[in-house]
Amino acid sequence: MEELIEKLKVQIIEQLNLEDMEPEDIDADESLFGEGLGLDSIDALELIVLLEKEYGIKIKNPKDGQKIFFSIRTMAEFIQDNQK
Amino acid sequence: MVYFKSHNIISSLGFTTEENFDSMVADKIGITSISDSRYYPEAFPASMIDENKLNKEFDIIAENYSNSNNYTKLEKMLIISVVDALSKTYVDIISSRTAIVLSTTKGNIDLLSNNNENTLDSQRVLLWKLGEVIQDFFSNSNKVIVISNACISGVLAINTAAMYIESGQFDNVVVTGGDIVTRFVVSGFMSFMSLSPTACKPFDKDRDGLSLGEAAGTIILSKFPDKATQNIIFKGGATANDANHISGPSRTGEGSYIAIKKAMNQANINPEKVDHISSHGTATPYNDEMESIAIERHGLENSPVNSIKGYLGHTLGAAGIIETAILLEEMRQNTVLKTAGYNESGVSQPINIIENTSDVELVSCLKMASGFGGSNAAMVISKV
Amino acid sequence: MNKLFVKKYCHIRNNSIYVDGELLYSDKEAEGLRSFEKSVYRHLKPSYNKFFKMDEISKLGFLAAEVLLSDIDTSSYNEEDISIILSNSHSTLVTDQNHQLTVDDYDNFFPSPSVFVYTLPNIMIGEISIRHKFRGENTFFIVENFNAELITNHINSLFLTRKSKAFLGGWVNQSEDDYEAFLYWVSGEGDFKHNATEINRLYKLIS
Repeated sequence: MEELIEKLKVQIIEQLNLEDMEPEDIDADESLFGEGLGLDSIDALELIVLLEKEYGIKIKNPKDGQKIFFSIRTMAEFIQDNQK
Repeated sequence: MVYFKSHNIISSLGFTTEENFDSMVADKIGITSISDSRYYPEAFPASMIDENKLNKEFDIIAENYSNSNNYTKLEKMLIISVVDALSKTYVDIISSRTAIVLSTTKGNIDLLSNNNENTLDSQRVLLWKLGEVIQDFFSNSNKVIVISNACISGVLAINTAAMYIESGQFDNVVVTGGDIVTRFVVSGFMSFMSLSPTACKPFDKDRDGLSLGEAAGTIILSKFPDKATQNIIFKGGATANDANHISGPSRTGEGSYIAIKKAMNQANINPEKVDHISSHGTATPYNDEMESIAIERHGLENSPVNSIKGYLGHTLGAAGIIETAILLEEMRQNTVLKTAGYNESGVSQPINIIENTSDVELVSCLKMASGFGGSNAAMVISKV
Repeated sequence: MNKLFVKKYCHIRNNSIYVDGELLYSDKEAEGLRSFEKSVYRHLKPSYNKFFKMDEISKLGFLAAEVLLSDIDTSSYNEEDISIILSNSHSTLVTDQNHQLTVDDYDNFFPSPSVFVYTLPNIMIGEISIRHKFRGENTFFIVENFNAELITNHINSLFLTRKSKAFLGGWVNQSEDDYEAFLYWVSGEGDFKHNATEINRLYKLIS
């Protein structure tokens, strides 16, 4: 799980163009869409693309994203539960 | 004064404004399920033009113009549209006092595809080149003025044309616009998860996204009135930016509010005089809610409002033009069209959404538009 | 038409930024526009995270506006009275090609919303508007070459019909192998008269 979390941090920084961010800057449990990273609606959609591209998981309803993308950890848990 | 003369719509519902309007009165919608892997791996709803019909119509026109050049699908749509509009009024298309303004978001973007069979010069994908093609077909003296400003392009083009006539730069302006459905655009909107799996439902509580459409439209504006008919004039128009987000609209409808305010100020008109509103009404959860807020902030909640996108989908660069053409026809017939796709209100403001096509006396009307980039446009037109 | 003037102008080309004709910053080592833009960002330090989400042409427009507006007091204008009128020849062609690549092959099909949203030339107007809170008129023209008369007439008309009092005007273009920005601030005060001849002269100062 920890390995997946670290991998996700790198992938997210890349996919969302979070320049100047290093994996150690992101806390696995911090709220992705809160104050810290300040992600927006386009970022949420990009995370959906990331899940499909890197993990083969398709999300049909963007609203499901709110729970899945709450934090890196919730994302990692979702991937472990759903990856084919 | 700036008069609206003739107009045209090329769409899935017909190749004249009348054909389109009559279909809408008869409750026909042009959005169907498209299963064509050129555009997307799965079927999706969209309003598409019959390509055979388009080519047949165009061949006739090309013969009349003694023109044997190659043209793209969009160019054929635009040319047929302009030819029809020109046939219904007198305007000297060659004169230097006549300008052509072109509204499009992506132009000949299908030429970028590696599946593209076209042997045309790759420069054709450039929008100024598209303008040049139109200019050359009609032998107009001026370079076509190309406006590409997301989904407000059409209304912005009309506002601009009116402004140029009022300032004396031109006597007549042929405003034409169009966009085609392409894999480029379909996949882009799919990545935004903003396409409805069924025909769109503007303002409805179950609305779940927009439907794409392809169309071309033309509206001819002039400083000279048509003697025979009742005239409709341009009274005011404006654009304004939300300054909030590049893809989502302002939650308070800031830009839309400002654009409407400026348009109504220029038109010198109060809310109670707005007999009908043609909204942008894309049927995305956010757009329609935002528009309802802007409408209510202006005290326009009693003005009957509809969206034409339930009939023809969101036609991007053509939208502002074809929807204004429909508005002009509504005004000519004193009829407001019902909001196709709508059943029950799903917006927070108590706006007056038109549910049934009905007779309403229309003197002054408001057109609204919004687009990516936080852009918003508004226009007021009135009978004289 | 005596009431509008150009107060300040800037050029960005050949990995250099010029303000009022004078060199402000240059990075000849930077390879490619993206690299140059990063270098400019580090130099200007606008502290704006959203910058790195933008595509190259929006970054170009953003940086030109950042430099142009750095010492212009826009507070005397109502936000609704500041308009942005821009133009270019290639629309968003480079970003378009990037988006097309993600959809050409159904076996490797990953359209990205953050790429697609930038396939409209007026998005840079949106980015500048968000940054500086401008809520006035917007227009994006596509022309073969910078057309001073077109933009000047448009700005003058908006001013005369009282739709706007101050303007950001110009040209921001990116083609497959080159880029160029020319932006200028038009308002009731400045050293240069706002007319097509003057604008053309200023435009040609840097080539």
